[in-house]
Amino acid sequence: MKELRVQPIKDGTVIDHIPPGNALKVLHILGMERNLPESVISIAINVKGKRGKKDIVKIENRELDTQEVNKIALIAPNATINIIRNYEVVEKHRVKVPDELVGIVKCGNPNCISNGREPVESRFIVKSREPLRIKCYYCEREPEDISSQII
Amino acid sequence: MNFKGRDVISIKDFSREEILHVLDVAERMLPIAEGKEKSDLLHGYIMASLFFEPSTRTRLSFEAAMKRLGGNVIGFARPGTTSLKKGETMADTIRTAESYCDVIVMRHPQEGSARLAADFASVPIINGGDGAGHHPTQCLLDLFTIKREKGKIEGNSVALIGDLKYGRTVHSLAYALALFGIDMKFISPPELQMPKEVVEECREMGVEINIENSLDDIGDMDVLYVTRIQKERFPDPEEYSRVAGSYRIDRKLLEKAKKDVTIMHPLPRVDEISPELDSTPNAAYFRQTFNGVPVRMALLALVLGVVE
Repeated sequence: MKELRVQPIKDGTVIDHIPPGNALKVLHILGMERNLPESVISIAINVKGKRGKKDIVKIENRELDTQEVNKIALIAPNATINIIRNYEVVEKHRVKVPDELVGIVKCGNPNCISNGREPVESRFIVKSREPLRIKCYYCEREPEDISSQII
Repeated sequence: MNFKGRDVISIKDFSREEILHVLDVAERMLPIAEGKEKSDLLHGYIMASLFFEPSTRTRLSFEAAMKRLGGNVIGFARPGTTSLKKGETMADTIRTAESYCDVIVMRHPQEGSARLAADFASVPIINGGDGAGHHPTQCLLDLFTIKREKGKIEGNSVALIGDLKYGRTVHSLAYALALFGIDMKFISPPELQMPKEVVEECREMGVEINIENSLDDIGDMDVLYVTRIQKERFPDPEEYSRVAGSYRIDRKLLEKAKKDVTIMHPLPRVDEISPELDSTPNAAYFRQTFNGVPVRMALLALVLGVVE
């Protein structure tokens, strides 16, 4: 048993291979801060893995939907999502940046209509995945540092 | 080609064939735009002209276009006279206006406003300028002007001159000209150069771009497209005068240019084109202003589905 610090979970979702120090950001993007789930969430930061340090998030009794989790690809492009049932990994896949990011990244252009009082959420179109390039659906600007503009 | 119900937000929403089609329809509108023929093509239709920001040419030419085709116009030229002053969102203003009209023409100071309006409205939205964003109808009338002055768009060499950084018309125009395979010179003060993305995009489209800082080398250009260098871009008024003065088109400069060079300007101009050129056949800027009417007539008739 390598991961003694964090116990295996019986049912739920394990998000593995998060870049070290980004676990809390991942929870933020998933909206866990705003809608705190009833389930137990374990966070491990700076865990030693085969390819260096990483963060791990374990959410018990909740299977996260792929679309929902793909949002974290912005800051954790190599993360894997493991769905656990009865201590077994029943599904495992890598995150993939979705085609559109709604309400996740704020447009850096202060004169963009999405930063005004209009009844719309921020919306970005993914132009390329490698390297990651996104552009604002409204003003078409491309943020230079995406992670600093995460809402 | 069916344009019925379509929004006109950015020139990038149009293919080369679609642009040429709009220009063909505009050509057919010329006698009506000149007042030589009467038309009731858009009789019974209402255009809402929503100008959240001041405009002279865009607003007047759209309203003239609608009226020349027998249609009606409602709207405002200053947002101060509307519920926006009471705190209403633009989205609500659009939803209100669309219940009174068949097409909305709008200008707004914020980038992306036209795209947002189009998502809320079920009637077509025509963007008359959204902040530093797009101004597709200006771009179309610029292309129409080149076509009329030169006989065709392809094969001309074009210099875009002046404020290429903030000038909203030049970004769209550079893209559109690249779409027609036109090689360009971007001539501006170093601090007002064309944004890197625009230059890259044009080069990716396969055209040759030369970036220059002076008007010394314009002898082989067919079109000089001049834009205004704004005073407020320079903290020091003397610096402004020096810079603006070195990008001025006058009779002396014209001697260095091709005899049949076409001089264009989206207007308003300040000092960048000497008035002594106004009476030369090269000065196309007032004809360019007029061309806004047939091009906007064509767009209105197309998006309303009266013309295909």
